[in-house]
Amino acid sequence: MLNAHLSPGPLPSRMQLTADGKLKHFLTIEGLPPLLLEEILDRAEQFVTLPNKQQKKAPLLRGKTVMNLFFENSTRTRVTFEIAAQRLGADVTNLDIRTSSASKGETLLDTVRNLEAMNADMFVVRHEHAGAAHFIARYCAPHISVLNAGDGRHSHPTQAMLDMFTIRQKKGSFQPLKVAIVGDVLHSRVARSQIHALTTLATGEVRVVAPKTLVPAGIEKMGVNVFHKLDEGIADVDVVIMLRLQRERMQTALLPSEREFFKLYGLTEERLQLAKPDAIVMHPGPINRGVEIDSRVADGNQSVILEQVTNGIAVRMAIMAMIMGPQTGGVA
Amino acid sequence: MSLLIRNARAIDPASGLDGQRNLLLHNGRIVAIAEASANFSADEEIDASGLWLFPGGIDLSAWLREPGLDHKATLRNETRAAAASGLTTLCYQPEPGANFDTAAQVKLVIDLSQRKAVTNVLVVGNLTQGLKGEQLSNMGSLKKAGCVAVTNGWQPFKSLQTLRRAMEYAATHDLTVFVYPVEHALASGGYMHEGEVSARLGFPAIPSAAETVAVAQTLALASHTGARVHFCRLSTKLSVKLIKQGKESGLDITADVAAHQLFLTEMDVADFNPLCHVMPPLRSSRDQDALREGLKDGTIDAICSDHQPHELDAKLAPFQQTEPGISALETLLPLTLRLVEEGVLDLQTALQKVTSNPARIIGSEAGHIQVGAPADLVLFDPDTLWELDLNRMISDGKNTPFAGWSFNGTVKRTLLAGKSVFSV
Repeated sequence: MLNAHLSPGPLPSRMQLTADGKLKHFLTIEGLPPLLLEEILDRAEQFVTLPNKQQKKAPLLRGKTVMNLFFENSTRTRVTFEIAAQRLGADVTNLDIRTSSASKGETLLDTVRNLEAMNADMFVVRHEHAGAAHFIARYCAPHISVLNAGDGRHSHPTQAMLDMFTIRQKKGSFQPLKVAIVGDVLHSRVARSQIHALTTLATGEVRVVAPKTLVPAGIEKMGVNVFHKLDEGIADVDVVIMLRLQRERMQTALLPSEREFFKLYGLTEERLQLAKPDAIVMHPGPINRGVEIDSRVADGNQSVILEQVTNGIAVRMAIMAMIMGPQTGGVA
Repeated sequence: MSLLIRNARAIDPASGLDGQRNLLLHNGRIVAIAEASANFSADEEIDASGLWLFPGGIDLSAWLREPGLDHKATLRNETRAAAASGLTTLCYQPEPGANFDTAAQVKLVIDLSQRKAVTNVLVVGNLTQGLKGEQLSNMGSLKKAGCVAVTNGWQPFKSLQTLRRAMEYAATHDLTVFVYPVEHALASGGYMHEGEVSARLGFPAIPSAAETVAVAQTLALASHTGARVHFCRLSTKLSVKLIKQGKESGLDITADVAAHQLFLTEMDVADFNPLCHVMPPLRSSRDQDALREGLKDGTIDAICSDHQPHELDAKLAPFQQTEPGISALETLLPLTLRLVEEGVLDLQTALQKVTSNPARIIGSEAGHIQVGAPADLVLFDPDTLWELDLNRMISDGKNTPFAGWSFNGTVKRTLLAGKSVFSV
């Protein structure tokens, strides 16, 4: 017992695959094989709802119980997981842990032990601390799978996969693409997961664009090129991913004002012309109009922001089905 | 009561002695040292053929928790762990919940250790009252009660003026100030080294500058006040450089490093391993190289354990929610000797870092093999191989990332003032 508790755990990337290469948990994109990412995208194609067409019945998870454990507020993400699980025929329970046990002093481990006693098959976890989903995956009962819905600034792998899905839908192959991720990279788990996904899928060039205060030291080791000027950073790119800028960044001396940020890093129609003519504009949402992105761009014809949201359900269905559903083939 | 140790390979880093010797101990002290052929008689004899004999280890930084935090550890078990690992003197570091403002609190710990401890326990007193960084502690009485130094530990000072005055007042009483260099404005909210791993994991991070800024400020104040300063648990390359410059300019300063900083780096946190959650955080391999170099060239005088035993639950949470620290008494000597195997230090220098140098820093007469010195000694078998097993650790804290590591050599017997406090 002591040794099990107090020896170093496996790397998150190793924990998420079974011995035969099947997805067991989905904690981070880092370390997953490219073929597996492509399999997720392929499976997601099957779940995309076509306009004017009835949603395909796909009760692959009938009899399974999915628990949404949200230690941090997020209505949007939680709802897409809920819809994804329901479309697959699973029973879904939402637990807003912030307002329940955690605030009464129960430890994360005790919360998890209690919930697994209620016969869950999957925990969808969002937590304010990096590594929380990994921690739960390490200590929960072996029949339970953990799906990371965002941990601290570390990882938000389903968001990254729905972004990859959207890029592939619009652009086909990743190899020739130049992708710029613009804005608050320092605080963004989305950016980190996108970087891992893009580099795993052999994207031609991945750039991050932000002032030095919003770029973590050492990020270039993740295989990105760092730009501090937006005009240079989005020159000739195929995909522009704008990140959400939270207002509290002004209070912590990271930025002088929203106005100056928008002036220097906000995406306007004029600036977008520096990118390739057919470049697409993405944003994980929720967007701050006039802070990181101009309304004319957000609502313009190069924007795929709402398609991202729609694709989110299909991609989350694909990942859940690969983890819990029958006849999912492993990746050799 | 006298004891004769025969045929040991006696190693005394203070004098450079390394040879076959017989040692005669009487009334807690070393009374004679002679070539192995010499003929002594004693009440009891130990044949130490094939064994090394060196001074008992002195650890400058152990958080012993009792009284106040004895759900984490107890004086009895921590000192037993120390004795079994070749340490005979521990410097008890104050922390919120277990700190030393008054002579009475110091006496309480001294009294408790006399009843429970099997090694020497020396107290490092508070530099400010309650470690709050505002009012000076009663350093005059603390010194009289037996404190070997004063410190504010990890706690911040209200202002640099407080630190300056505290240093002046400590110097008035000839007390060494143990400074743990950290600029809280740069470190607070951080959990690991700011570098490529924190960038990847998205951890709020602590830049190297959080330490080096504080080192530079403290050096300036040491120069201004003339206080004797010991820098605790250095972790960065630039700190080593600054300390070296400070020493060259004639400041009365010394420094130590925690043993784990010499073997682990930020990479060891990459799997969110809470056992590698320490303060200061594990740094880069460049920092580690500089720390090792600093030991070699004498910039860093001592290696400490920075022993921080925890109950199991303190480490059973996501990284950021765990308490920092390693239960480290049982790995201080093994890791120090590993530096010899890795060719970083020669044996004498390595032993110096845990015996005679820390003794000098706290003004102890222990840490030497010489006639008249306290008979705090370790008999060590260099030819055994063992693996650190959590279930066999003696410390109440099992929180070590070194479980499963193999080490060469085991302690056979530990003597404190000539009495056996551990033997196998």
